[in-house]
Amino acid sequence: MRYTFKRIGLLLITMLLVSFLTFLAFTLVSGDPAQTKLGTEATPERLAALRQEWGLDQPFFTRYFRWLAGFFSGNLGVSYHYSKPVWDLIASKVGVTLCMCLLSFLIITVVSIPLGIWSYRWVGGPFDWLRTAFNQLCMAVPPFFTGMLVSYGFGIVLRMFVPGNVPDLHTNFGAAVKHLFFAAVCIAIPRIAMTIRMMRSTVISEMNKSYVRTAISRGNDRHAVLTRHVLKNSLVSTITFLGQTMAEIIGGSIVVEQVFGIPGLGRFLVASIGYRDYPVVQTIVVLLAFWVVLVGTIADLLNQTIDPRLRLGGKA
Amino acid sequence: MKKKVLAITLVLALALTLLAGCGKSSAPAAATTTETPTASDAAERPNELSIGVAQDFDSLDPHHATAAGTKEVLFNVFEGLVKPTSEGQLVPAVASDVKVSDDGLTYTFTLRQGVKFHNGDTVDMQDVVFSIDRNRLAEEGGAALIPALGVIEDLSYDDTTLTLKLSEPSLELLSYMTLAIIPADYDQQETAPVGTGPFKFVSREAQDNMVLERFADYWGTPAKLDKVTFRIIENVEGLVMGLQSGALDLVMHLTSNETAQLSTKDFHVEEGSMNLVQALYLNNAVKPFDDVRVRQALCYGVDKQGIIDRAFDGYGIPLGTSMFPSFGKYYDESLTDYYTHDVEKAKELLAEAGYPNGFDMTISVPSNYQPHVDTAEVIKEQLKDIGVNATILPVEWGVWLSDVYGAREYQSTITGLTSDNMTARKLLERFGSQISNNFTNYNNSEYDEILAKAVTSTSDEEQTALYRQLEVNLTENAANVYIQDMADLVAVRNGVEGLTFYPLYVLDVSTLYWAD
Repeated sequence: MRYTFKRIGLLLITMLLVSFLTFLAFTLVSGDPAQTKLGTEATPERLAALRQEWGLDQPFFTRYFRWLAGFFSGNLGVSYHYSKPVWDLIASKVGVTLCMCLLSFLIITVVSIPLGIWSYRWVGGPFDWLRTAFNQLCMAVPPFFTGMLVSYGFGIVLRMFVPGNVPDLHTNFGAAVKHLFFAAVCIAIPRIAMTIRMMRSTVISEMNKSYVRTAISRGNDRHAVLTRHVLKNSLVSTITFLGQTMAEIIGGSIVVEQVFGIPGLGRFLVASIGYRDYPVVQTIVVLLAFWVVLVGTIADLLNQTIDPRLRLGGKA
Repeated sequence: MKKKVLAITLVLALALTLLAGCGKSSAPAAATTTETPTASDAAERPNELSIGVAQDFDSLDPHHATAAGTKEVLFNVFEGLVKPTSEGQLVPAVASDVKVSDDGLTYTFTLRQGVKFHNGDTVDMQDVVFSIDRNRLAEEGGAALIPALGVIEDLSYDDTTLTLKLSEPSLELLSYMTLAIIPADYDQQETAPVGTGPFKFVSREAQDNMVLERFADYWGTPAKLDKVTFRIIENVEGLVMGLQSGALDLVMHLTSNETAQLSTKDFHVEEGSMNLVQALYLNNAVKPFDDVRVRQALCYGVDKQGIIDRAFDGYGIPLGTSMFPSFGKYYDESLTDYYTHDVEKAKELLAEAGYPNGFDMTISVPSNYQPHVDTAEVIKEQLKDIGVNATILPVEWGVWLSDVYGAREYQSTITGLTSDNMTARKLLERFGSQISNNFTNYNNSEYDEILAKAVTSTSDEEQTALYRQLEVNLTENAANVYIQDMADLVAVRNGVEGLTFYPLYVLDVSTLYWAD
């Protein structure tokens, strides 16, 4: 229990640090929100008025603590570009990105774990080099590239979905998930390849351990040893790896949302940085960071339930 | 062994479900690929259009919106007392009649009877006065939204007539009376705008779409389409893909490279002009561009037609000053060839100015806009011939606005300047030495004198002549290297007709319709 509290405390500190660094980054980058909003229509008077309205004339720490206080009281601020409360703008996008990321995670887990175990059987086999080469290829292809191929192939040629027209997640769940599925696959492909390689090497190294040799020499079936003991012992590193995968998926989603024209958080983040819409950027960055840290924490907590030695500070 | 069988069965089952899933989704889709646009198809097609736009809208409050792309679309939702036509005339809209006194000091508007807002209320004089005052009077922050309305000295009205008295004559006041008339007692304009235009606002999802519907109670010619959806797709590749996939029916502001990717079976391309002045804008306050001979040398060194041919496949109208053809009477075509491409002359001028071996310069280019980047590449090559070594600095749009446009910290830049109303003033006033948005630091006392006379002139003829003098002044002094009014290529799905080009940056969707 103490461990859980420690992890949650750590989570909060990470979040604070992330929010502070994001805030700091805005003051360092070139570009002024008021100037960006008014564009070539800007006059010195209107610029000054806008800066005052947004509180940009206040000192750095005043602005940061004001934002922090707002955040904890549930007020995420008002977007500069849209003049709308930030939460109203991003609420639907959180759902879209979450749905796509979970879909991608599901694909990775369902495809790569069985394949990873299965590929152990191939070790040293005649087609092992072919499998390795294919795996390398999948790892090397960036999601934006597969995204373009998939959009063209499945979208324009085969017409299985309509690029640039994502159905609404609430009113048309099935169609929206179908659309997101293609994007999720593009994010998943390189991670599937990595997970398979990780699984394979973990299984190989476990199989070379002395307890396995003993078990087999005692007459146990090789396959039975694999499923009963080796897989259980590989679980901790697999969960840790899948935790990291979730963070990678979030990163991949930012790129893939652009390619597929998916109205999610990542695409909104990129556009908002362009508009210098700091209240929006700040909120999205904190949300994404929260998600990454949360998944890491869950993976850790799961691992120490599986392997109680970890609670004492041991390493997996 | 049992387990093995189970495992194999599970894997097979999984594979089958995946396949079945794919099969299911492809079945109805395959049917659509074989369909060709036939008469029966047209009968079922909803009377609506999906239009792709490259940047998201900002505030939907017509008085607070600043992005050109937002105003372009809000044109369909809002109207002023007067509104522009595609020929560049101003015609009465919410007002039914406009009278200007001979001395140009009194404007009288008669309110059109029975004009309805989208919320069902009838427009009354309170709404009109509220809309004008909102732009004319300083806000809490201190600045009026339209400073030019400061010439209104007195505003008086009864139920049907509005009289504006000006402190000095202004022929251009009427173009500012295109400002949107909005309901006085309504505070949701930012998010749920209400106007009097042929289309009413339905919904909007940030970074995704905006939906407009025909307004049934519109006072004028009703729109032909029932519904229009604007879809926001920031990258051009995505827009082209959206057209190909059928998600979009119309996309404006494309280049010839992009329209070439579309099949003529599905699309036709209509060509208008962007109505902007694309130029290599020079910071007249920094060396070596503070010397008129250097600026002239650049004008001789840059081959406008060469740029249009190499970077724009020949689409575009070469310009010689800060004015484009669609502004009719203000445009002086003879200035286009004032500087003909002449490498020797350019070198002579540079030698005279003390740069016999040329010099190094930088061109800051907004990197989000590929046509300007392409232009910069061609200019860089052309300037090599006169010994000038140009370096291209790509800058992000936000940085461009604050550093180049705002702080004027640059040597030269490529951009396009537009006007959002039908006056020459917007395009020419910015080169006055005392004007806050004179980002080129052009400083010419003769120019300032003519400008002061032009804006207060009471005769349209005299004013036009003065504006044309300003254009000559800019050309003779080579204020900037003027290049072209860029072509505006619009990809339109076959069957969609009625696209109308305006001399302004607007898209009129009320004239669009499906022909069949």
